[in-house]
Amino acid sequence: MSEPVENSVTGHRFLQHHFFTARQQYDSAKLGMWLFCVQEILFFSGLFMAYAAVRFFYPETMLAAHEFLSVPMGAINTVVLLTSSLTMALAVRSAQLNLQKNLKFHLVITILLACVFLVIKYFEYTHKIHAGMLPGKYYAGEGLAGSPWIFFGLYFLMTGVHGIHVIGGIVVMVWLLIRARRGDFGAEYYTPVENVGLYWHVVDVIWIFLFPLLYLVK
Amino acid sequence: MTTAAETIDPAEGNEPSYLSATKGLRSWLFTVDHKRIGIMYLVAVLLFFMVGGLLAIGIRIELATAPGDFVSAQTYNKLFTLHGAIMVFLVIIPAIPASLGNFILPLQLGAKDVAFPKLNLASFHIYVVGALFLLYAIVSGGLDTGWTFYTPYSTSTDTSVIAATTGAFILGFSSIFTGLNFIVTIHKMRAAGMTWTRMPLFIWSLYATSVIQILATPVLAITLLLLTMERWLGIGIFDASMGGDPVLFQHFFWFYSHPAVYIMILPGMGVISELVTTHSRKNIFGYRAIAYSSVAIALIGFLVWGHHMFVSGQSMIASAIFSFLTFGVAVPTAIKVFSWVATLYKGSIRLTTPMLYALAFLFLFTIGGLTGLFLGTLATDVHLHDTYFVVAHFHHTMMGGGLIAFIAGLHHWWPKMTGRLYSELWGKIAFVLVFVGFSVTFFAQFVAGTNGMPRRYHSYDSLSPAMRDLYEYWQSISSIGAYVLGVGMFIILFYLIHSLIRGKRSGPNPWGGKSLEWETASPPIEHNFHGHPICKHGPYDFDEIDHQGA
Repeated sequence: MSEPVENSVTGHRFLQHHFFTARQQYDSAKLGMWLFCVQEILFFSGLFMAYAAVRFFYPETMLAAHEFLSVPMGAINTVVLLTSSLTMALAVRSAQLNLQKNLKFHLVITILLACVFLVIKYFEYTHKIHAGMLPGKYYAGEGLAGSPWIFFGLYFLMTGVHGIHVIGGIVVMVWLLIRARRGDFGAEYYTPVENVGLYWHVVDVIWIFLFPLLYLVK
Repeated sequence: MTTAAETIDPAEGNEPSYLSATKGLRSWLFTVDHKRIGIMYLVAVLLFFMVGGLLAIGIRIELATAPGDFVSAQTYNKLFTLHGAIMVFLVIIPAIPASLGNFILPLQLGAKDVAFPKLNLASFHIYVVGALFLLYAIVSGGLDTGWTFYTPYSTSTDTSVIAATTGAFILGFSSIFTGLNFIVTIHKMRAAGMTWTRMPLFIWSLYATSVIQILATPVLAITLLLLTMERWLGIGIFDASMGGDPVLFQHFFWFYSHPAVYIMILPGMGVISELVTTHSRKNIFGYRAIAYSSVAIALIGFLVWGHHMFVSGQSMIASAIFSFLTFGVAVPTAIKVFSWVATLYKGSIRLTTPMLYALAFLFLFTIGGLTGLFLGTLATDVHLHDTYFVVAHFHHTMMGGGLIAFIAGLHHWWPKMTGRLYSELWGKIAFVLVFVGFSVTFFAQFVAGTNGMPRRYHSYDSLSPAMRDLYEYWQSISSIGAYVLGVGMFIILFYLIHSLIRGKRSGPNPWGGKSLEWETASPPIEHNFHGHPICKHGPYDFDEIDHQGA
């Protein structure tokens, strides 16, 4: 930690009383967010391990069952999410450069892209549900040997938990947008924008692993 | 809350203490002051400790005699499950980090608060919500799976598994947020002059604990989510009849829960480092060795989960590797124990109540650790697995280690937290009862276990008369020990409450400690320190104090 400096020297109006400097508060928030991201990765790692175990037990079932997932839809969603990560990064940059209009514009685009992702996911889910490709004891599909219900259980669980994170992302981005309209962010203070950006990139990275593991089984 | 203590004035200065700075229930429930949050955690933990302890007494009454005459088999299953679940999730995991740690960590670092005060409060509220789910599970049919929720039983029993797993899931996030907060606080909030090697070892141990909380707890969350889905939707991943694998659940569960036992013991080790130095007026022997061994335990602790599955059909080669790594985790633990003993050597040992508990820790935890090696050895584990030997082993580590250290730390920091001194005489009387009661309870279980008595049976009446009498002999001794232990615990409760009302006022530094928390008033002011504290020396530089004739 650096030497204590009085609040008035480097402070801004969002500086909390228990920090000496804005820099200390910024560093703390960022470290906290990175640790939260670590926690998120470990959370999903449990699902990835479950996937690895099931794939090790039943490679053929996995290969056959994955044919029922739509690669084009998954690929479009990957592009949608990657683009939203770009606009999120641009939003952070806009806040750092104090470009208020750009900040709000990029946040809106990111939110819209996240919604597009969920809409496409909704169509994918409806299709699976109609075909009876459901988890566990609700499985009613035909033409698959082995225990495909475990694959679909994992599919719904992994994409479902990821989808909940996307919804969470939309909620915090709407909160950012409200604060941005109030003029809270600028070159002085953009910690929340940057931290939500970090979160959003993690959600994106997780999808980048989910897509090949579930849709592109070889 | 501690109504009597709220009227206390600070020992020095005109600023009111954190207890009397603001008034009313809302000023407690929605406070962002780490000290008040620590006190609220403490009250909650002590409350659940009493509930869990009374459940244990219920178990001991049943087992004192061979027939299942006190409660039904089903009730017995619920008793030991709730005892385990409450003690693990609601007591031992939050006991030291969330109550004592929350209170002491910012003070020892010379900070005004933790890095994220609101997140700290959220973690307490999440804890309460999680606890309510567990309590709901109790009243809506109980839980009889054991605290480990093993499949396939947990997916087929009629009891409230989903309410309990939801509760544990939520409690996990409380634990993660505390850990996250502590790591950031330790990195970013240290006072001027507080280098990493000037930090009290309690901080190092909380750091290591927090690392485990962040890395392991999310895996528990996903495990419990999978289990809930298995029970609710029948996804089949843990169900052999649907092509799943029940042992996979055990791997998942112990990947969290073995590191979790280090969440329970590492903060206790930190407390002991503070106590053996302060109460023997000696600098710690091997500061770096103790600090780094905390981190080593945290890391190696992630690689030993398979030793819970030596008889679950795990491959022999995996078992051998896990056994080897289990011995590996004993090495940093032993480094700590030897360092503490070396610290005591030629020290001016004062047998205060906290010090007595610290010495008891050294004795009991060492027994717990060494018997762990019996269980980590493949050949002996086959004999001892699922016997009372295991029960006695983990109670020596969890209670003889974790909770004894918690009680030690509670006595050590009680004057700081409340501004009051408790009765040393009653403290020592209670200590004798707790130590003797505990040792009798679990020594008897070691003997019963080596004689092959399995755990989790509520009646052992139908055995051959020789075995029945042997087990009944040791189990009844164990029960007598448990009653003595219970009496000791209630005495502690009474004299601590009494001290709030009638206890003598404590000065800022009743033990002559050298770390920063002793440089502020008892109880501390709302913002912890007047001005900005500067750390000028290590946490255990006691030489000058001795010259002043302390």
